[in-house]
Amino acid sequence: MEFFFQQLVNGITLGGVYALVALGYTMVYGIIQLINFAHGEIYAAGGYMGVILISWLVSQGYPPFVCLSVALVLAMGYCALLAMAVEKLAYKPLRNSSRLSVLLSALGMSIFLQNGLMLTQGVYDRAYPGEMVQGGFEIGGAVVSYMQVVIVGITAFLLIALNVLVFKTRIGKAMRATAQDKTMSALVGINSSRIISLTFAIGAGLACAAGIMVGMYYGSVRYDMGFVPGIKAFSAAVLGGIGNITGAMLGGLIIGMIEVFAAGYISSEYKDVFAFIILIAVLYFMPTGIMGENVDDTRV
Amino acid sequence: MTIRESKKLWLGYGLAMVWFYVLLWPLLGIKPEGLEFASSFAIWAKVAVSAGILLALYQIKRGGWLDFALRPAQALRETAASATAKVPTWIWLVLVAAGALAFPFVTERYAHDVAISVLVYICLGLGLNVVVGMAGLLDLGYIAFYGVGAYTYALLSVHYGLSFWLSLPIAGCFSAIAGCFIGYPTLRMRGDYLAIVTLGFGEIVRIVLNNWMSLTNGPNGILGIQPPGVYWWTDVGFKVIPLTGLEQFYYIILGLAVFTVVAVYRINTSRIGRAFEAVREDQTAAELMGVNTLRIKLLAYAMGAVFGGLAGAFFAARMRFISPESFTFIESAMVLAMVVLGGMGSIPGVILGSLALIALPEVFRGFELYRMLVFGGVMAIMMLVRPKGLWPAKRMGVRSEEKE
Repeated sequence: MEFFFQQLVNGITLGGVYALVALGYTMVYGIIQLINFAHGEIYAAGGYMGVILISWLVSQGYPPFVCLSVALVLAMGYCALLAMAVEKLAYKPLRNSSRLSVLLSALGMSIFLQNGLMLTQGVYDRAYPGEMVQGGFEIGGAVVSYMQVVIVGITAFLLIALNVLVFKTRIGKAMRATAQDKTMSALVGINSSRIISLTFAIGAGLACAAGIMVGMYYGSVRYDMGFVPGIKAFSAAVLGGIGNITGAMLGGLIIGMIEVFAAGYISSEYKDVFAFIILIAVLYFMPTGIMGENVDDTRV
Repeated sequence: MTIRESKKLWLGYGLAMVWFYVLLWPLLGIKPEGLEFASSFAIWAKVAVSAGILLALYQIKRGGWLDFALRPAQALRETAASATAKVPTWIWLVLVAAGALAFPFVTERYAHDVAISVLVYICLGLGLNVVVGMAGLLDLGYIAFYGVGAYTYALLSVHYGLSFWLSLPIAGCFSAIAGCFIGYPTLRMRGDYLAIVTLGFGEIVRIVLNNWMSLTNGPNGILGIQPPGVYWWTDVGFKVIPLTGLEQFYYIILGLAVFTVVAVYRINTSRIGRAFEAVREDQTAAELMGVNTLRIKLLAYAMGAVFGGLAGAFFAARMRFISPESFTFIESAMVLAMVVLGGMGSIPGVILGSLALIALPEVFRGFELYRMLVFGGVMAIMMLVRPKGLWPAKRMGVRSEEKE
């Protein structure tokens, strides 16, 4: 039972991170029907930016809380700009081309960014400063580290902030309108090009936060750290119903839980396989996902 | 295109490039040990300069400022084309065949090695071309079939001592079965879901190869795979002689590549090829015309997989050692980059693409590290400037809009 609670705690931590990354996929897919392959690389770039900023701030002698929050904000802003640049360069000129072209362009961008990271930051793991958040406490036999508390806290804050942004503000309304019907929303005066840019920026900011937190959790980042979590987060987005924000959060949590429990109870070597199997099973038996609306064929 | 439009385009691209560059530079230059701009500056300066030159060339060409040089070149090309058109096709084929056959006699060992890998990738590229180019199903896990073929031969050879020639069709069959396995659940999916699912399948195959210790020996790989042999007369009577020379491998893979080219060409011109094209262009219309889309898609997967499996079996026989590391996503991406660069659905295009992506990096050895960076960039840029590839596929038949 203790093991179960421990896995539950780990699953919530991991699931929150997947939820953050999945949001970027689902929002972009909802608005331009593109699988943004470069999203995983933005996540990795966020992890690197975090390691750079936190190391520097720690070496300047700031307290951990300040280091973490300043680094988080700066890195998120940076990743948002990076994702907007990627969108402007690789996706925007192809807005009227076939779906395959944009997909291939996204894939090319992903390979480009990943190898750019590898060339300039090296092929080896980069360690996060270890003395950031230490210690933990025990509930019902499960050890909860303060790091996990911090991660879950930041994740919850970001998810709530996003929900407020999308469902309560004017910008959010414009985003939802553009996702529903680009032509009609343009007719009522919404600058769809700007909204698309904004969507990329928000998704990238969330992915960046996820990258930093994963880096802190596991203690290091690597140039190709974005690839597998990227697919898993996309699986989460599909599981929740692509294009649906609440669904992506739920899907992320479920995928995280399944991964952690499968690793704990079935086999840790095959833990990556489970997410893929879920993805395939969901697409086969329930293509709309848990919370998705009917996806019509005209979008193909 | 008017000057104003061109200026606007320039400005957009230029600003985005500068933005991108300014953003990437600090990330990649700052390291936790301290600031180290020199090395990353060198890398990004190279990328930026080459991208700038390419863009400038493209813009100048579109602006028509190169016409003074291009017009005579165009005229020259047309005369050459009309002159060569008089020569029957079979003469060209004979010339190419003679060149390919004579290749090992006029070159060094190193060139043989490069030629072998180019030919392996031609097989892979053509196989993927059936799936992506002809049937329009984006497959990001193609290398899994290569892996299935390689492991099939490796296991048959190590455990049962089966010969290469006997294993080759078995490897093809196993890959086809794997193709059906992967294809079947994905058939109902729409184009871009398919991409991510095949990506997942590719990873599953790699993870299984990596962890199924009792069968595949995990990350340590399989050693002691037999090379292909021929039954030949020796001093002691008829005997199987193992082929281990590089030239011999070259001829084997050349034969496989020729087989692949002919087979893909025949598929392309057949009824099935037309059905592939119909499914690619409009699935609903194809179904209405009586094409069994489910079966045709499955067939595309299986056929593509067979060529991958054959190439994989050869790879195992040539390396005599295989491990899951050879079958990563990057390999899939590279094969896809070849198909995209050469032109989706075009056989000469894919051959050109493999030559460009395998042989060119060998020429520019100094830029070895930048290879994948350039692949990624090329893939994105090709979609912008020439989405049909370097050597676009010819469409069969006459279309009503072209008739007049």
